[in-house]
Amino acid sequence: MPDNDAVLNVKNLTVTYDTEKGPLHTVRNVSMKIAPGEIYGLVGESGSGKTTLARAVIGYLPSNGYISSGEVSLSGIDLFSLPKKEMRKIWGSKVTMVHQDPNASINPSMLIGDQIAETARMHLNLSKKDAKDRAIEMLKKVRMPDPESVANRYAHQLSGGMLQRVLIATAMSTNPEFMIMDEPTTALDVTTEAVILDLINELMEEYNTAVLFITHNLGVIARISDRIGVLYAGEIMEEGGIKEVFNNKLHPYTRGLLGCVPKINASKKDISLSAIPGFIPRPDELPEGCIFGPRCEFAEDACRAERPPLVSVSGSHLSACRRWEILKGMADVEDTIREDVGEEELGEVVLEARNIKKYFPFSGGFGSLLKGKKDMVKAVDDITVRMRSSFTMGIVGESGCGKTTLARCIAGLEEATSGEIELEGKHLAYSVNQRPREILRRIQMVFQNPDASLNPQHPAGDSVARPLILLRNMNKKQVRDRVAELFDAVSLPPDYIDRLPHELSGGEKQRVAIARAFAADPSLMICDEPISSLDVSVQASLMNLLSELQDSKGTSYLFISHDLSAVRHISDWIAVVYLGRLWEIGPAEGVFIPPYHPYTEALLSAIPIPDPEIKQDRIRLKGSVPSAMNIPPGCRFHTRCPRKIGDICETEEPPWQDLPDGHRICCHIPLDELKEQQGEGLLKKAGVGGDE
Amino acid sequence: MSGYLVKRAGFILITLILASIIIFSVTQFLPGDVARIILGQFATDVAVENLREELGLNEPAYRQYISWAVNFVQGDWGDSLVSRQPVRPMVMQRLGNSAMLAGMALLIYVPLGIILGVIAALKRDKLPDQMIAGVSMAFVGLPEFVSGLLLISFLAIGAGWFPANSSIAPEATFAQSVPYLILPAITVSLAGLGYIARMTRSGTIDVLRTDYVRAAELKGLPGWQVLLRHVLRNSLLPTVTVVAMGIGWLIGGLIVTESVYGYPGLGRMLVSAIQRQDLPIIQAVSMIVVVVFSLSNLAADLLYGLLNPRIRVGGK
Repeated sequence: MPDNDAVLNVKNLTVTYDTEKGPLHTVRNVSMKIAPGEIYGLVGESGSGKTTLARAVIGYLPSNGYISSGEVSLSGIDLFSLPKKEMRKIWGSKVTMVHQDPNASINPSMLIGDQIAETARMHLNLSKKDAKDRAIEMLKKVRMPDPESVANRYAHQLSGGMLQRVLIATAMSTNPEFMIMDEPTTALDVTTEAVILDLINELMEEYNTAVLFITHNLGVIARISDRIGVLYAGEIMEEGGIKEVFNNKLHPYTRGLLGCVPKINASKKDISLSAIPGFIPRPDELPEGCIFGPRCEFAEDACRAERPPLVSVSGSHLSACRRWEILKGMADVEDTIREDVGEEELGEVVLEARNIKKYFPFSGGFGSLLKGKKDMVKAVDDITVRMRSSFTMGIVGESGCGKTTLARCIAGLEEATSGEIELEGKHLAYSVNQRPREILRRIQMVFQNPDASLNPQHPAGDSVARPLILLRNMNKKQVRDRVAELFDAVSLPPDYIDRLPHELSGGEKQRVAIARAFAADPSLMICDEPISSLDVSVQASLMNLLSELQDSKGTSYLFISHDLSAVRHISDWIAVVYLGRLWEIGPAEGVFIPPYHPYTEALLSAIPIPDPEIKQDRIRLKGSVPSAMNIPPGCRFHTRCPRKIGDICETEEPPWQDLPDGHRICCHIPLDELKEQQGEGLLKKAGVGGDE
Repeated sequence: MSGYLVKRAGFILITLILASIIIFSVTQFLPGDVARIILGQFATDVAVENLREELGLNEPAYRQYISWAVNFVQGDWGDSLVSRQPVRPMVMQRLGNSAMLAGMALLIYVPLGIILGVIAALKRDKLPDQMIAGVSMAFVGLPEFVSGLLLISFLAIGAGWFPANSSIAPEATFAQSVPYLILPAITVSLAGLGYIARMTRSGTIDVLRTDYVRAAELKGLPGWQVLLRHVLRNSLLPTVTVVAMGIGWLIGGLIVTESVYGYPGLGRMLVSAIQRQDLPIIQAVSMIVVVVFSLSNLAADLLYGLLNPRIRVGGK
């Protein structure tokens, strides 16, 4: 592509931060071009320099950051030669940005319409009224339901998906030439993510905008972008057309990243994921030679001698691996096939939770005072689960569906409103305070955010020692020995015992949290989104760790996640939850092949699969989950169900229908009809397109 | 919203009842006998006993409380034991004076504190921030009798701009009173300024870090628009609370400042009433201060809700 065609042209860009330890070259020697209408997907793990790169190209670095060499030009303008005042004329008009967290990116005390309008007023010189009209027009463009009313609302009155539409509407309102989208769907549910990605695709085609799309999710990249750049520790490792790169991964890092992603057609019983060993190096501790060398399975002595340049392997496909030729035509990363564990015998029943309900009273101001009765938020409304030992139950559903509340009720952190909970045949009190120690010991929890669940003042070893002292009455020596064993079990070196949480990476912290949970020797471990905030390679190693620990200790997991691929990989059974109820439950492989519940189907079709060749059925859910205070009558899913068959769905609760192997679906549509409509399903297609 | 108001009004009522019980009991435990105070130390025991009977002091405490509370609510606050004049007009007049001083002080230190706080936040950890922090904290630490005397000796006696004594006459109009208010108001402001500046600074720093301020900057808005529309609107919320909490202090707690300037406010009235064991005045002033405290807190919460749509316009 000739230079003058590109909207964004970055040449040999190096970005440096001045720090106490001296200059830190966070992004080095990066070149990229983005043409009008092109979506360039930039993928990388945390710490790879994605955000620094994005901020550098628009001239928005913190005060200690600067461009130490290289050039950035935006439609021919060198941004860095401009004074701040001139830069402001470009920000918001020629360049716009969609931020990661839509909740935090919108001013909570300003009307939505005014926030969209202020950009248009500023840059298009519109009057106040025209700008407001423009805002409503833009809201229509992003297919916002009821745009006039949304314009007069505040951020807290909108859902995450709606807020992300608002951000996109704001960014598009001045018809920019270049747009940066920084993880725009990461904070959203998988169903909402799918809808937003469709919207972005359509809008960019219409407006011919050049987009730098930053994400850590390879599935999202595969679905949305035309080209992909793989960033590692501040340098581009591989770049090329989306199909070129996915079909022919010519850098070991790209191969490694894709190898980490759980496959939707295999589970832990078949394979363990191939995690990339080691960590991403910090910019001040780069290795000699190839920066990926120390983690690379193909590295040889020559790789360590000199840093390989980014070279063209064919046309616009570039790789920074000097051994790219041996990767050509090589099959995908083989996940280790696990030795046949043998047909497992059914273990003892560990958990039996029957008809669990959890209603939260909602204090609705004066209205409820008059009515004399309180509205109830029915977070969990009659759910029954049963788990055996050495068994994983995956729970999936959109946020707000009640999956975390269910887990907290079982753990006793939330007192159930009604229902029965039995652990290993013993009846449990609802509240954790009324449960004897022996029981507390047997149920442990791993939380989503290890930063918040480890005491920042206590060394990692102390956190693991607590349950040993409190719940198992061990003496000092026993505790010390056991802590060492547990650190070994979660593959942390012994010197980590004395480290404070801030000295550990996110994945290491989560390992400490897992060690702490195992310290109590639980029979049931509740994992609430334990890997969601981590990078793919860390996710892979943690899932492997959880599987290994389950094999050796026989612990059962209740695994909550919105990531269906991860749930598919790690679970024996999957339960699909919507609005406080189960709609489908059964063996993991069964839930992933038709017939499935229409809600499961929508969730599955929304999974971003890291393979651009797979064309998934587009089943998109309208709107967001209804409030758990006003649950729709009949089938709770009927307001959004793409397969609704008629009045019966609105009036009658659907029956449970049985399939073999205990697989059950709660729907009015007869199963053979469902199966006919759903065809061969998602799994089959992934099988065809996925592995060679 | 109306439900909220009813609830809050209920809470204020409970606060007032509890406070009145405490105030009443404390005045009962003050040393000395009311009848003896009224009649003087040379009165005969018989005369004292007769007066006790007449005043109802021999009744059980709870009945005394109820009759006092009922009278108080009906506007009969009793007569001063010292001057024998009705308490209510005296207290109300002092309340007016205190409100004038409070208003003047608020006009000075709230805008100034907010401006300094915002400057400090924008220039965080740089020289202006450190200077503002240092100077405003020094003022907070400086006792009012020191700062007051310094102001008097420089601005009143030295420069002659303001009167040194602020004992305004009861019949003075507001316009006539203003020159007398300036120095005491400055003295009070020096003490209050630091809190406002600090609160504003930390609130503003928090908001400057948010994603929506970053987003506003990247919309290409000029700095002042970002500051006014996106930063201040959100960052001043905690400051509003601090200002409102200060009103109670301004009305009833300016004992030292009022004494230094001889200003006829509620604080000084309370102190002299305590010295003279003038129970009806002690009770009335204390109750007024409690009422002002409760109402200003309510005002702060309502204002907070007005500024914060998350509270004003219920959930989703």
